[in-house]
Amino acid sequence: MARVRTGVRAMGAVLAAVLGASLVGCSSTGGKRAEERAARAAAEGRAAVDTPRWTFAMVTHSGDGDTFWDIVQRGAEQAAVKDNIKFLYSHNDEAQQQAQLVQAAIDQKVDGLIVTLAKPDAMKDVVTKATKAGIPVITVNSGSAESKRFGALTHIGQDESIAGEAVGEELNARGRKKALCILHEQGNVGHEQRCAGAKKTFDGQMQNLYVEGTNMPDVQASIEAKLQADKNIDAVVTLGAPFADAAVKAKKTAGSKAEIDTFDLNAKVATALQDKTLGFAVDQQPYLQGYEAVDLLWLHRYNGNVLGGGRPVLTGPQIITSKDAAELAQYTKRGTR
Amino acid sequence: MSTIAGPSAPAGADERLMRTSPLRRLLGRPELGSVVGAAAVFIFFSIVADSFLRASSFGTVLYAASTIGIMAAPVALLMIGGEFDLSAGVLVTSSALISSMFSYQMTANVWVGVFVSLLVTLAIGAFNGFMLTRTKLPSFIITLGTFLMLTGLNLGFTKLISGTVSTKAIGDMEGFDSARKVFASQWTIGGVEFKVTILWWAVLVAIATWILLRTRFGNWIFAVGGEADAARAVGVPVIRTKIGLYLGVAFAAWVSGQHLLFSFDVVQSGEGVGNELIYIIAAVIGGCLITGGYGSAIGSAVGAFIFGMTSKGIVYAEWNPDWFKFFLGAMLLLATLLNAWVRKRAEATK
Repeated sequence: MARVRTGVRAMGAVLAAVLGASLVGCSSTGGKRAEERAARAAAEGRAAVDTPRWTFAMVTHSGDGDTFWDIVQRGAEQAAVKDNIKFLYSHNDEAQQQAQLVQAAIDQKVDGLIVTLAKPDAMKDVVTKATKAGIPVITVNSGSAESKRFGALTHIGQDESIAGEAVGEELNARGRKKALCILHEQGNVGHEQRCAGAKKTFDGQMQNLYVEGTNMPDVQASIEAKLQADKNIDAVVTLGAPFADAAVKAKKTAGSKAEIDTFDLNAKVATALQDKTLGFAVDQQPYLQGYEAVDLLWLHRYNGNVLGGGRPVLTGPQIITSKDAAELAQYTKRGTR
Repeated sequence: MSTIAGPSAPAGADERLMRTSPLRRLLGRPELGSVVGAAAVFIFFSIVADSFLRASSFGTVLYAASTIGIMAAPVALLMIGGEFDLSAGVLVTSSALISSMFSYQMTANVWVGVFVSLLVTLAIGAFNGFMLTRTKLPSFIITLGTFLMLTGLNLGFTKLISGTVSTKAIGDMEGFDSARKVFASQWTIGGVEFKVTILWWAVLVAIATWILLRTRFGNWIFAVGGEADAARAVGVPVIRTKIGLYLGVAFAAWVSGQHLLFSFDVVQSGEGVGNELIYIIAAVIGGCLITGGYGSAIGSAVGAFIFGMTSKGIVYAEWNPDWFKFFLGAMLLLATLLNAWVRKRAEATK
C-alpha cells in the first residue's frame, strides 16, 4: 500500500509543478490564448437564412489526419453554419469503404450529398443510386470527367492536368532544366495527372519519384538519396504541402541547389514562400471546394440554381509566389487556406 | 477441445466421455463472448442512431460485415492452427489485379482471367505455407515478407502493364456480366438490398465450421495449433495441415478480390494494405486465441458482424469520424476481455 501512496504523491507533485510552470511562464505571443482571442474576434457562427434545417453529407477519399481535407471540411462547415445546414462528414481512403459510406448516407436519407471521385469506377453505382433516390449530388476535388455522367449537378475542383501544365510553364519561366516530381500516394490517379501535365509543358527533363507519404522520415530520405545521386536536379515539385518541408530538409542534407516547389498551401509553406526557401506553390483553394459545395447544394434546394453550365467549376490552379504569401500567411494560420 | 492422446485413463473415469449439461456446453463455446458483445453493440447503436434500425441500413451493415467476414473465416482457422497471415489484405488486391489484367491483355473471356487468378492466388498461399514449413521461421516474419513483396508487385506490375496505377476497365468484355452475377450481384428483398457477398460469407463460414468440428482435418487444425510437436508425434501431418490452411486463406482472398473487381470494374493497385489486421481482429473478437489451438469459425463471423456494425453505426450515429479508430480499439479490448472472462467462468465450473 505504501508504494501506491508514494506513487499518488509523486503524481500530485508532477501535476502541481506543471500547473505552476504554466502559470509563471506565460507567453505574451502566440499559443492557445491568441487563437482564442482571434476566434472571439471572428464573427460568431449564426445562420444567415431561415430555410429548413437540411442535412448534407460529405464523403471523401481522404486518409486519417490529412491537412488538406481539414481545410475542405472547415470551408464546408462554415457554409453549413451560414446556411442553417446539418453537416455530416465521413471519409475513407479505400474505394470499397468509401462506397459503403456513401451508401450509409443514402440510408440516412440526407437532403444533399458531396462526394469525391478519386476512384470513379468504384463510386459509379452508389452515386447513380443517390441521384435516382432524388438526392442532389455535387462532386468535389476529383472526378471532373465523370461527374456529369454519374448524374451530379456540378463538379467543383481543380483540373489536375491543367494544374500540372501550369507548373511546367512556371518552371520554364524560372529557367529550370531538370525537375523531380514527388508522388506521395501510389495509386492516386490525380497525382499521376499532375506530374504528367508538368512533364508535358516543361521543356527540360522531368522524372517521377514515388515515396511513402504516410512515413515522413522515409519521404525525406528518399528525396535526399535522389538529390545526392543526381546533382543536376535543379527543381523538386512535391504534390502536397507537408512534403515541401521534407523536401527542403532533404535539400539541405544533400547539399543540393534545387529549388523546391509544391502543390497546395499550409502555414509552413506560406512562411517558406516569404523567406524564399520555396519557389512557388500551386493552390487549388480547398476551402472554396468545401464552402462552395455546401453553398451550391443549398442554392439548389432553395432556388433550383445550378452553377457551371454543365462544366466543372475550377478552383485552381492559382500560382502563389513570395509576393502573395504575406497576405495569405494569416489565413493559413487560422486554417482556411 | 484438445485432441492430444494422453496416457489412457482408467475406463469409466475418462473425462472426455463425461456428460456435460447443454448450458455448460454453451458456456464453453469460444464464440459465446462475442455473441454477447454483438448483442451489446447492436442495442447500443439502436439507441443512439435513428437510421441504424432501418431495413436498408441493415443491408449496408451486412455488406460491410461480409467483405470482412469472407476473409475472417479462413484467417480464424489459420489462427486456430497457430499461424498468422499478414499478406491476406494485399493478396485480395493482387487477386483482383491478376484477373483483370490477364483478361484485358490476352483479350480473353473474363472467366479465363478469373480462373488464372485463382491458380496464382492459391500458388501464393502455397508459397506462404511452404516457406513456413521449410524454413521453420515464424509465420509472422514469412507473411510480412510476402506482404511487402505483394505490395510492390501489385504496383510494379500494374504500372508496367497498364501504364497507370489502376487497371483498365473490362466491363465491356465477354463473360463480365455472368462473372458479375456470381461475385457482385445484389437482390432486393422487401426494398432492402442484399449483396451476393453475404451468401458467399455464409457458405464459407458453414464450410469452415463443418471442417473444424466434423472432419479429421479439423482435429488436425486444433492439434497443430495447440502443440505442433506433440501432434506430429501422434501422426498428424503438420506440414500438409498448415499448407492447407494457407490455401484456404488464398481461396477466400480470391473470392474477395473477384468481388472487388466485378463490383467496381477497375482495381486500384495500392489498396488492401492494413486489412489483414482487420481480419485478425475479427477472428480475435470472435474468440480465437493469438497463441492458437482455440477458436471458432462462427466466432469470426460474429466478430466481422461487430466490425460492420461499428464502422457503419458510427456513421449512422452522425459522430465525428476522427474517433472511429479509438472506438474500434476500445471495442477490441473489451470484446477480448469479455471472451477471456467467459472462458474462465466456463472452465471453472467444469
